[in-house]
Parts: sequence; C-alpha cells; structure tokens
Amino acid sequence: MSKEMCFEGVLQAKLWYAQRISAMILGICVSIHLAIIFYAIRGGLTAQEILGRTQGNLLFALFYEIFVLACFVHAPIGMANILQETFPKLSFAKPISWVLALLILLLGSSAVIGIYSGGIL
Amino acid sequence: MRPKPKLDCRAKSHLSYFAYVCHRFSGLLLACFLPLHFLMLSQSLRGASGFERSLQLTDFWVFKFGEWALVILLAIHLSGGVRILIIEFGAWRGLRKGWIEISILFSIVCGLLFLYLAN
Repeated sequence: MSKEMCFEGVLQAKLWYAQRISAMILGICVSIHLAIIFYAIRGGLTAQEILGRTQGNLLFALFYEIFVLACFVHAPIGMANILQETFPKLSFAKPISWVLALLILLLGSSAVIGIYSGGIL
Repeated sequence: MRPKPKLDCRAKSHLSYFAYVCHRFSGLLLACFLPLHFLMLSQSLRGASGFERSLQLTDFWVFKFGEWALVILLAIHLSGGVRILIIEFGAWRGLRKGWIEISILFSIVCGLLFLYLAN
C-alpha cells in the first residue's frame, strides 16, 4: 500500500470518528433545541422574547457554542461524503466542505455572541 | 474514498434504503440551511431593534412553511442519526425495521406539534 493511500485511509477513519462523536453531542443538543423551539414558538417569535431568554445567560451561550462547534465538525464531513460519493470524478468536495465549515463557525459564533450580548454593533 | 456501489432494485426497495435516503436528504438540506439560520441569528449583534427588523423580513407564509419543514427535517435527521449510532455502536439484534417506523412516527409527531403550538 502506498504512503498516500495509507494516509487517506487514516484520515477517513479519523473523519468517521469525528462525525460519530459530534453526532452523539448533536443528538443531545438537537433534542434540547427541539424542546426550546416548541416552547418558544407559542405566541410567535420576537427579538425581545429571544433576547429576553438568552441575553446575559451564560448557560444558553455555552450550550449554543457547543452546538455550533458540533455542527462545524459534523455537517462539512457529511457534505464531503455526499459530494464525493455522488460526483467521484470531480474534486470540489473538499473546498465546498471547507467553505461550509468556516461559514458555520464564523456565523454560528457571531450568532452566539449576538444573543448573549444583545448587540454590540 | 471509494465511489458509491451500484444497487439493484431489491436493495433500493428495502425500508433501510428509504431510511438512508431520508437521512442523506435531510442532512444535506439542513447543512445548506445552517449558515442562513446563523446569519439571521447573528443580526442580534445589531441589538433588539436590528434583530427584529431582520425577523420581520421572514414574516411570510413561505418562510413559515420553511420553518415547519425544517423542524420535520431536523426530527428526521435526529431520529435517523440515533438509529445509525445504535446500529454502529450497539449490540446486533435482527433487522430493526421497527426503529425506522419509530423514526417516521417521531418526525410526524414533531411536525404536528409545531403546527399545533405555532401561532
């Protein structure tokens, strides 16, 4: 087996574990998030209501940052797998997954800072 | 990574294939939605009034329908994901078709609950 193939195999195994471990974290986070959605949508959603729950609440901020980080790991790996399996001859799976990963990390963390601080701009 | 193996009609008519397609489809749509969802929530950086203005932009039936569909997709991906984790890390017990039915039922219940609770 060539060195390159060996490296690719080890990388795939690491990505598989990363996706499974992040899936375990997401399983808990999504269950809690669904419960929060069902609680929050009663009577409609307003900015005041959302910020009233989250502003200054460190537990909410910590929970949602963990949620964002788990998404940052989980979603791009899944996207790369789907793209590579669907279009095996094309090589855009990795760049698209990296763009998705960065968007999730940057926008997700901005969202967490926003709902925790209640506005800093 | 190896290319996807070719499946015949027997494999594709199996309930597990339906679960696989649902999990992939819901995951793909959720991955595309996530940056938009975070972009909307990050508008809270502009304060309550700026955030409210952004929320009002989504006050159309198309977005409401989208929210409902996303809750269902989230429920499908959650229950399908738990099923995969149990298959991969749990003890082997038969074909476990019942779990797929439970996943479908869970997603329908979440969709109905959203409709019931939403204003």
